[in-house]
Formats: sequence, structure tokens, C-alpha cells
Amino acid sequence: MSSDNAAGGTTAPAIPSTHPLVSGTVGPGCAKVDPIVVADGVSRTFGGLTAVDVAHLEIPRGKITALIGPNGAGKTTMFNLLTGFDKPNTGTWNFNGRSLAGVPAFKVARAGMVRTFQLTKSLGRLTVLQNMLLGATKQPGENIFTALVRPLWKSREAEITIKADELLARFKLDAKREDYAASLSGGQRKLLEMARALMSDPELIMLDEPMAGVNPALTQSLLGHIKNLKSDGTSVLFVEHDMHMVTHISDWVIVMAEGKVVAEGPPETVMKDPAVIDAYLGAHHDTDLGDLTGGPDLVEDARAAAEEVHEHKHHEEDKS
Amino acid sequence: MDWGNILGNAVGELISPTTAAYALAAIGLGVHFGYTGLLNFGQAAFMLIGAYGFAIPTIEFGAPLPVAILCALIASVLFALFLGIPTLRLRADYLAIVTIAAAEVVRYIVTTTGLTEVTGAANGLSGFKGTFAASNPLPEGTYGFGPFTYNSYDWWVRIVGWGLVILASVLVFLLMRSPWGRIVKGIREDEDAVRSLGKNVFSYKMQALVMGGVMGSIAGIIFILPRAVQPANYTTGLTFFIWTIMLLGGAATIFGPIIGAMIFWVVLSLTQGVLYGAIESGFLGFLSTTQAGQIRFMLVGLALMLLVIFRPQGIFGNKKELSFSV
Repeated sequence: MSSDNAAGGTTAPAIPSTHPLVSGTVGPGCAKVDPIVVADGVSRTFGGLTAVDVAHLEIPRGKITALIGPNGAGKTTMFNLLTGFDKPNTGTWNFNGRSLAGVPAFKVARAGMVRTFQLTKSLGRLTVLQNMLLGATKQPGENIFTALVRPLWKSREAEITIKADELLARFKLDAKREDYAASLSGGQRKLLEMARALMSDPELIMLDEPMAGVNPALTQSLLGHIKNLKSDGTSVLFVEHDMHMVTHISDWVIVMAEGKVVAEGPPETVMKDPAVIDAYLGAHHDTDLGDLTGGPDLVEDARAAAEEVHEHKHHEEDKS
Repeated sequence: MDWGNILGNAVGELISPTTAAYALAAIGLGVHFGYTGLLNFGQAAFMLIGAYGFAIPTIEFGAPLPVAILCALIASVLFALFLGIPTLRLRADYLAIVTIAAAEVVRYIVTTTGLTEVTGAANGLSGFKGTFAASNPLPEGTYGFGPFTYNSYDWWVRIVGWGLVILASVLVFLLMRSPWGRIVKGIREDEDAVRSLGKNVFSYKMQALVMGGVMGSIAGIIFILPRAVQPANYTTGLTFFIWTIMLLGGAATIFGPIIGAMIFWVVLSLTQGVLYGAIESGFLGFLSTTQAGQIRFMLVGLALMLLVIFRPQGIFGNKKELSFSV
């Protein structure tokens, strides 16, 4: 299966042909030594647009895998398909050897594959703690009949409350425990959503742009959390546009463009792949955009323009 | 104007079986909309199904009281499943469209002349109170004090009606403090988030729809015990009165529907008394009593609008927790 797919990878001479994570040669759709997710022939079209058309994809177990690609490359659609939030036109995929094609989203989550959303879905009118408790599994009180009798679910509730408090402390949200989630900032909501997803001890956590809109200091701590996840044995798949972060924490990078997997490999080599630079990073990805556009001149121009407007305004005021 | 009489009637509404029925229907609607976020605009249909589901077996087959009640409950569960299976997988708005249409459909069905034998068509049904009256343990006679003086049957209806309201409130309280309640409140906000945490959202929405619907149909039974079954009672107007009551008290609250129903009926009774009194004594000579009756309901519409605009959380609601967002 990897022989025809690997053709794309071989065009880049910089990429080594083998890697400890990979069982054959490195290239788009290559087979992993120990994959947690294996997808085959997954495609999804929206009318005439083919959003996702992935021939073969494997995600390594116990590693941090980044899914990158330009806007509209089909990354989020791929997330939705794998987690049962959307149905593909064709394709099958396994999670831990169990086929998940056509399985509803809640069963995918119960199987141990939990996701977060690009547009954060914290439940604003529940408290932070309630948000966390909602993430826990095996709660007897979730049955409508046992829910009526508190002694039947009290002990489990106490257990998961302890766990939620631990996670909240880890994510520095413990001070917000009793606040409505709606009162949290955007970055804190990202943290809450990630912490909530961890309540179920997922085997694979899928983070859709966990760093979008998060300030640099918080990004640092989020990076730490994600690394900790790996050391706890959780596999991580995340979509991100911040290349520094991708190179910093990921063990493996998968690049999508126009719905297809165009390259994959360890971060340091993928970033040098001409196909990736063409499709996504752009020729000047290492340079500061300010330098590139000839900053000082532009700043001068902008200042002059602003002054002009300012004077004009004064002029108007004088008239009136 | 006979103020004593007007006030007496108004106070009597506090514990009237009609108030109990409206409160119970509003508790059910609170489970739908207030806690789970289901837009049910067909609560009148659940009341109708409760009423006919109870009256028809009693009249046609002489069903004993428990059997007749069971028939009403089963009918309302089936109706909830029938509404929910096609719509609960879709966005919330679809349930609203389907429920409002289905409510009208069932009302037209029971009104058709082809079914006169069974449903009594536009004349409705009567003569179904025997089994309930026979269950009355209270001694014969009229007792009570002041405005609360009723005969034995009327007391029995009130006791059963309010007993059921309390039972339903306790049930809702127990459920909403449990993890089950946490899930439905999560669904109210964002069902995809709840789904991503491994909860079967469809099943929870269906449970909530059935439970609120069953409460509506029990309300329908209480509603007909002091009167006859009249299909004209089950228009969309009834649904909107229930909505007014629920929003008045607070959509996601335990006492809201009860206090909302009491205020609603006391105010309706007071305005009726005052308007009629004013017409009789010539203050409002240009109005007829029929027109005055309509004016009261215009005021209900106005009150509903003011409520939604200025106090969306109702009397008991927590503004932070539930602002009116659909």
C-alpha cells in the first residue's frame, strides 16, 4: 500500500527514507510501526468540492502528531470524519483495530478517541466544575432512573470531583471552579475544553487548533500540558498553524493540502520539503513578515497618511 | 362592584384544578425548553392526548381509573416518540415546526365529524368522571372556609391535582441535581460538545421529550376533571399560555411554573372581575363583556412580550444561568 503513495515523498531528497516510527519508507501515507488510527480511502465531498480524499493514513500511538496544511486543506473535515461528527462518502478507519466507520460520535468518544473543537464549545451556563464532571465516563447517575436516587451515584460523583479538581489545578483553572464557564476568557475556555476532554482518560486526544487565540505565556503552559499527555501515555493529534509550536512539540507531522496527504515525516525534515513549502509555508516562512514588506517605508507611509487624515478632520471641525 | 366577590374568585384560582393543570403542563414544558432546550410549541397536543386518552377508554370501554390513566400515558409516550424520532436528530427549530403543526393536526383529527362516535367531534366528550369520583375517599358534603369552600368532589380534584404537581416538581428537582440533569443542561447549550464527551444526545433529548410530554398529558387529565372535554380548548393559544406561565416563573426553575400558573390565573380572574364590574357599573359602557374577555388575553400577549424583553429569566430564574437564547 505504501509503495505507490511513497512516490510523493521520494521527490524530496532531504527526507531520510526510514524513521523509527515508520515500518517502511517515509512518505505520505506510510505505515507506522504501532498505529493507533488507520484510515483507508476516506473521501468527503461537499457538492462539487472534494474536501477530503485520503488514500491511506496512519497515526502513531503514544506520540504527538501534528496535522498541518493551508486553510481549506480538509484538516477539520478529517477530524469530523474520524470522530463521527460527519459522514464520509467512502472510506473505512480503525481505532485500536476496531472499525469506527459509521459509528456515531458519542460511541467514538466512548471508545477512547476524544476531540476538542476549533471554535471552543465550553458550556457557558454550566460552572467550570460541572463542565469537567460532564466529561467523566461510567456515571451511574446518567441513567434517568438511578439519577433519582442520590446514594446510587454519590460515590462516583465524589471520585470524579476529585479527578476534576486535580485536572483543574493542573490547568490553573482551580480558582474558577465555581464560575460559569461563560465568564472565562477565550484562552481559558481552550484550557477548560482540553481538561474536560481528559476527564475520560482518552487514548487519543484530538485537538483542533488548541493555540488559536491564546497568548504566548499561556501557549507555553499549553505546550507543557500536551507534552505531559504524551508522557502519561496518551496519543495526541492536533491541528495547528503555529509552526514554532509544531516543530517544538510534535514527533510527527502530517501535511494536508486540497484534501490529500501531501507529505509526512518528522518535523525538522517536513519543514524542508519543497512540496510543503510550496503548498503551505510559503517561500519566506523563516523571515519576519515585517522585514519582507520593507517595514520602515510602510510605517512612514502609514504615519503620513494618518497625519493627513488627522489634519483633514481638524479642518472639518474648524468649518463647523 | 362587588370587590369581595372579585377578590374571592381571584384567590380561589390559587388552588383551582385548572391552575394545577397549567402548572403541571408548564413543569413539563420546563423540562423540554428550560432544561433541555427543546422548542416544544405543541404542549397543548400533549394535554389533548391526555384528555382524550383518559376520556375515550372510560366512556367507550368502561375502563377502570388506572387503566384509563395508563392509556393516556401510553398515548402521550407514543406521540412523543412519533414527534421526536424524525426531528430530534435535526436542529432545534425543526422540533418547533413539527410540534406546532402536529398539535393542530391532532386537534383537527378529534374535531372531524367522521369520528363523532369516538371523540364527539366539536362537541367533545362528557360523562367520564364516574371512575375518578368513585375513587374519592372524602366524605360527602361541602366544607372549607371563605373563598375555599368546595364540595367533596372539588376538594378531591384539587388534592389530586396539586399532589401531582408536587410530585412532578420533586421529580424534576431530583433529576436536575443529578448527572442526568447535567447532561440535559449541557445539551441545552451545545449538543455537539456533549456528544464529543461520549453522551448519547439523541437518547437524552428523547427521554426529556417523553417526560415533559407525559407531564403534559397528566395535566390534560387534571384539566378535564372539573369540566368536559372540549376540542376548542386545545388551540395553539393554550400552548402559548403554558409558555407564558413557564417564562413568567422562570424556565429552568422548580417553583417557577407553579408560581407562574398561580399569578397567571389570579391576574386573569382579577382583570375579568374588574373589567366586568366596570362595564356593569357603566364606567366602560362602550365595551361589551365579550370584548372585555378578549382584552384580558391581549394583556397576556403584552405581558409575554414585556417578560421576554425585560425579564427573560422570569421571577425565580438566575439571569446568569438562563438568558433567553434559542
